[in-house]
Amino acid sequence: MDLRQETGGGLWEALRDAGAAALVTAGLSFPILALRTVENLDNKLELEQRWPLMFGAAMLVFFGRLAARVPGAGVAARWIVFVCAAFAAIYLVIDAWGMDADFPAPELVALAVALAAMVGLWLTAPFAATSALARKQQGARAFLGARSRHMEFAGVFALFAFPLLALWLLGPQGSLKWINNYGVQILIYVMLGWGLNIVVGLAGLLDLGYVAFYAVGAYTYALLSTVFGLSFWICLPLAGLFAAFWGVLLGIPVLRLRGDYLAIVTLGFGEIIRVVLINWTDLTNGYAGISSIPRITFFGIPFIDDDETGFAARFGLEFSPIHRTIFLFYLILCLALLTNAATLRLRRLPIGRAWEALREDEIACRSLGVDTVSTKLTAFALGAMFAGFAGAFFAVRQNFVSPESFTFGESATILAIVVLGGMGSQLGVAAAAVALIGGMEILRELDILKQVFGESFDPAQYRMLVFGLAMVVMMIWKPRGVVSSRAPSIYLRSRAAISGEHVGEGRG
Amino acid sequence: MTRWLSEPLLAVDHLSMRFGGLVAVDDFSFVAGRGDITALIGPNGAGKTTVFNCITGFYKPTIGRIALARSGKIEATGVEALTRSGRRSAVSQTCDLYLLERMPGHEIARSARVGRTFQNIRLFQGMTVLENLIVAQHNELMRASLMTVGGLIGLPSYSQAEKLALDKAANWLERIGLLDRADDAAGALPYGDQRRLEIARAMCADPVLLCLDEPAAGLNPRESGELNDLLLSIRDKDRVSILLIEHDMSVVMKISDHVVVLDYGRRIADGAPVQVREDPAVIAAYLGVADAGETKASVGGGQ
Repeated sequence: MDLRQETGGGLWEALRDAGAAALVTAGLSFPILALRTVENLDNKLELEQRWPLMFGAAMLVFFGRLAARVPGAGVAARWIVFVCAAFAAIYLVIDAWGMDADFPAPELVALAVALAAMVGLWLTAPFAATSALARKQQGARAFLGARSRHMEFAGVFALFAFPLLALWLLGPQGSLKWINNYGVQILIYVMLGWGLNIVVGLAGLLDLGYVAFYAVGAYTYALLSTVFGLSFWICLPLAGLFAAFWGVLLGIPVLRLRGDYLAIVTLGFGEIIRVVLINWTDLTNGYAGISSIPRITFFGIPFIDDDETGFAARFGLEFSPIHRTIFLFYLILCLALLTNAATLRLRRLPIGRAWEALREDEIACRSLGVDTVSTKLTAFALGAMFAGFAGAFFAVRQNFVSPESFTFGESATILAIVVLGGMGSQLGVAAAAVALIGGMEILRELDILKQVFGESFDPAQYRMLVFGLAMVVMMIWKPRGVVSSRAPSIYLRSRAAISGEHVGEGRG
Repeated sequence: MTRWLSEPLLAVDHLSMRFGGLVAVDDFSFVAGRGDITALIGPNGAGKTTVFNCITGFYKPTIGRIALARSGKIEATGVEALTRSGRRSAVSQTCDLYLLERMPGHEIARSARVGRTFQNIRLFQGMTVLENLIVAQHNELMRASLMTVGGLIGLPSYSQAEKLALDKAANWLERIGLLDRADDAAGALPYGDQRRLEIARAMCADPVLLCLDEPAAGLNPRESGELNDLLLSIRDKDRVSILLIEHDMSVVMKISDHVVVLDYGRRIADGAPVQVREDPAVIAAYLGVADAGETKASVGGGQ
């Protein structure tokens, strides 16, 4: 992907080229974007002028072209520049419409972002060039070497600081969206993705009904708390246990099947659980679901507006519903990190190696005395257990569950996260969850698209379309997901990642 | 008396395997001696791999008995008693006896200790060379990790066991000359190295009988020579008996102690290499028959 050879010239060449491309874009978009005929109240056509839109498009092309042609930059640096520029262009357009006039001098902000990106690119260019070279020489070896333990700690620290930072910067009102829609929502899918990664990524068993175990967990908490009044902290392990139990129950008959057959049976099982939840109305209340599930408490202290017993009062804070959301954020963060830690540790134990060996070659496993049925069962049960935990969390967060939440679409989304992330890679799965779920949330808020396609356009309606397009593009460019290399579980001399081309995908 | 008759380790009795109407193995019997390299040869499609798959539990034979003595030697009375008892194995002071046709594949590898390699190499390609050898010690490590629980909480006895497993793997890597490539993907190795690695992996599971399905296929003469040395050292140093399917006659004649010839699912010759080489039925099966009346009609029409 190094374009230096073809372009040959320096920065000046790239700038001129990008300028020309931007001019062409401006010329083309002038009749399409800049001018628009609308009917006024007298049913007469009027010419509406939309210059910022044209300018934004030209800017997008300019920076995109520049990012692609600037000499000596790595692929990552090019993408960063392009995304920054796109952000700047969109921001500029939004501001020109006066949709968001709170920030001072938005043109300056936009230009500063674009400029900072350019400077960053220029500074990192030599480094990126050498690292690109190094990557070429050593294959995927550079990947793990670059990821130090410090980076991991920094990442976890940033996650823990995130809600407090959002609260501090945006206040209780503004930060709710960030902590809840982006934070908690994404982390649920990160956890589900990591759980399914054990089954699909490590053991290579294609499970299309993963959401069934999520449902078991959610209904376990919903029923135990509403009927027996059990607290969340007792229900959480029980939810995991029940889900694992159902995992084993499903696993015993179906794990003799392989590949497509296994996928179809798990798909059927997912539907069975949903249909049972709908029809067993005595227990589950059918379509109506179970409502008024007890909310989360701070280890027994409720998050209510009460001068005596409430969380805020006890800790001398002013009451705000954001406290509960922040606590939920930390809870799901800990659950997700637990899933990750367990998976990483299991990978280094015989059972984890047996899972991966099973994915690589089941027949060879049998010839070495690995009991394939029980090995598959443990993978299935463990994956189900983490889905059960996530389900209990889902129920306590929504304080309402209904079969609607556990459709095949959910299973497909979780599977897409695992496949896009790179099967078996923890980091890749997390990145894919952020991109997919976060991307969907962002799309929901992209009001700028209304300016292009008209007022009646609802971007949220097109989420699945964009989602599908992203899948197709990914599968063409990186068919093995974001992180396709595999880190060995044990080593003699040097821990070098294994390139994805050797790693098997599992046939059930 | 020859060793395979005086000290048998494996006794295959009246083995038949049918796939629908096709008879792949037809009333086939032979014994393999402890400490021998026994070669199973025959033209393509003779049923050699089917016999292997029956012994290692990948197929369930239609008819027949496959007895293996993990230690001691096979006595007809002991085998009869075990067969009638309906159990899979009998452990006595003189002999650990297993009836392989009654056991699932992984049990044959785990309890009866029969290791095998495959005609088309079956390594864990995406795992490192070292990991391949560690997975082979799965059952031992599973026990040491107390079925994962002990490993999860980090018992010192588990890390001790893991260290031993690493030593064993490193030792085998040194023997097959792959120590430098321990941390590379197994799928990235050249063909000849993959063949040797597969043998080392099977050996890491501590077999008493090692079944090799065409280990010399696709090797050049130098690699073939190295393979001979490796197999001889497995027989002499590790005291592991070997059952070998091989087309390369230079390998078979040089290293095997006992040759069994199979054609159309039947045994046509059995004996020391020199003996078998002279056998007219074998020559007919391999080279075809010049004059159909000269040898048995059933052998005619071979390659």
